[in-house]
Amino acid sequence: MTVSAQTNQEGKELTINISGRFDFSSHQEFRKIYENAPSDIHEFIIDMNDATYLDSSALGMLLLLRDHAGGDNADIQIVHCNDDVKKILTISNFGQLFNIH
Amino acid sequence: MTEQKSLKILIADDNDSDRMLLSAIVKKEGHEVIEAINGAEAVSQYVKHSPSLILLDALMPIKDGFEAAQEIKQIAGNQFIPIIFLTSLQDAKSLARCLDSGGDDFLSKPYNRSILKAKINAFYRMRMMNQMIQEHAQQMVVEQKVAKKIFDNVAHLGCLDSDNIQYSLSPLSVFNGDIVLAERKPDGGMYIFIGDFTGHGLPAAIGAMPLAEIFYGMTKKGFSIHEILTEINTKLTRILPVQFFCCAAMVDLDFVEKTARIFVGGLPALYLWREKSKTFDKIDSSSVPLGVMSRENFKPDIQDIPMYDNDRIFLWSDGIIESRAKDGEMFGEERLENLFNQGKHQDELFNFILDNVDQFMLGGERDDDITLVSAQMVDIESLSDDVVVEKNKELGGPLEWSLHYELQSQSLRVFNPLPLVLQIVTEVDGLKNFSGQLYTLLAELYSNALEHGVLGLDSNLKTSGEGFAKYYSLRKERLDSLTTGFIRVILSHEPLNDGKGGRLRISFEDSGPGFNFQKMLKNEHKIDGYCGRGLPLIRTICEEFYYEGVGNKVNAVVVWPNIVENPKKMAGNYE
Repeated sequence: MTVSAQTNQEGKELTINISGRFDFSSHQEFRKIYENAPSDIHEFIIDMNDATYLDSSALGMLLLLRDHAGGDNADIQIVHCNDDVKKILTISNFGQLFNIH
Repeated sequence: MTEQKSLKILIADDNDSDRMLLSAIVKKEGHEVIEAINGAEAVSQYVKHSPSLILLDALMPIKDGFEAAQEIKQIAGNQFIPIIFLTSLQDAKSLARCLDSGGDDFLSKPYNRSILKAKINAFYRMRMMNQMIQEHAQQMVVEQKVAKKIFDNVAHLGCLDSDNIQYSLSPLSVFNGDIVLAERKPDGGMYIFIGDFTGHGLPAAIGAMPLAEIFYGMTKKGFSIHEILTEINTKLTRILPVQFFCCAAMVDLDFVEKTARIFVGGLPALYLWREKSKTFDKIDSSSVPLGVMSRENFKPDIQDIPMYDNDRIFLWSDGIIESRAKDGEMFGEERLENLFNQGKHQDELFNFILDNVDQFMLGGERDDDITLVSAQMVDIESLSDDVVVEKNKELGGPLEWSLHYELQSQSLRVFNPLPLVLQIVTEVDGLKNFSGQLYTLLAELYSNALEHGVLGLDSNLKTSGEGFAKYYSLRKERLDSLTTGFIRVILSHEPLNDGKGGRLRISFEDSGPGFNFQKMLKNEHKIDGYCGRGLPLIRTICEEFYYEGVGNKVNAVVVWPNIVENPKKMAGNYE
């Protein structure tokens, strides 16, 4: 799997694109991206358009990002989920923690 | 330096001059040499001397090097014994065969002294490393066994061996992140908990310990499912690193009222088997897993569901759905559903599921352990009375006291006073033996005061399945928006004159309009205000029981030690 990112909205928003299987193997890569993000970023968008699957450690990574982005005050959107991805997020009721589209 | 260590090296070669030459070189490097002149002897010398390294000629009489290598590797088992083939063969196929038969390297004749020396040292290092890994692995098994023992002392079997429960759990499952707990409640009901920690090994096991302690401790004290889940969640959120959490489900079975209260957070849907219609209801996850939300934001969704005797709840971690066949295909939800669509008798279902999953996985890899629990709704009398209380006949603890405790609307909305009240009452040593009965009595009086008195709910609603759901949604709705009202609890205790027991007076008064208790008392079998275990229980346990005013105040007097001692009998008396 690969993770890539780009900033938009005049550098206030960071979009992270996930492709392939989102699991523990992408832990380092994923963390590096949000940790190295400029400090004035206050909105994160996780684009799952090319993600095929996520496991529980991927859910853990999303929680780490949420914590990094301010915990309960974090503004994180998860977009373009396929059915499998959406199902995993639904079972965990992550809709209470993230904006899922 | 490990390089200079003297090793025991076995040299097997049928050619005398080659063997003596190699032997001389190796001895000169400071190593001890054991010799063999054919493959069979190589094997026996290996067994006899257990050398650290073997130099083995490929082509020898009686047993060639390839065969000997295979045998030695088999004898060695997990022990890593490096075998270097000595060969004048040069073609790729022959050299490959040396490695295929279990050799670790080869050395071409004529020997180059520095290469030989370097290889001996390299393989020695490898052997040491392997030995270390072996030792660590053994150490880990020992540690896991000890940790498991400690875990078992905390998370004992509880009531998992009850007749109405079936479960399948691998013995070291706690290291795979799975945990199953069950315990009887003071009122005779039962809690069943299943959890699946993300991550494996020690982190999961460490998280499981406080979880089990909270579960058992709070269950015994009479806390509600909501309170226990809140406490477990708070604890896990505090102690687990952000990315770890526990997917869980918890069931609260009430064998008298025939209801289940169910929480599912992050686990696959549970199935509720309806034995009468041979159909099942799915109960989907409707909450965030435990250990994610802060205490303020934790809002467990708990569903109230009526059950009938012989209905069964099936709980599982994702192990079953995600178990894989040889070709990598997952068992999946559809297959699981199909198992329930075959009209099996409820007694057979549990093993039917396990057998099918095992069959499916034949030859495949076990991704996760298969954790499966089923809990059956039964007549409370069929359950062994394992709500064990230590017999305590002593006249200890506070005997002369009274308590006036009034809860206003805000407290009624968010707080369950029963564990606290029970705690105070059972400070009287003589009442400890009756904590189950007392809890049931207090719970009955409290829920009547709250639901019928303060909230004005009609218990007739609960007689149909539809009304049942309506009752609980109304209860929640009215409680959440409650702004006025109170419940006043007055308790007092005094020792008896004969010095051999005591008298506990309990009174509950609520802000409701009261009810026509004279009428109810006349039609005892058509109990109005008291559902289920209501009046009969009260009559067995209480020496006196009477209403006051317009029926919004009720008084109960319990005298010990003359309390009926068998809670089963009590619960069975109603209807």
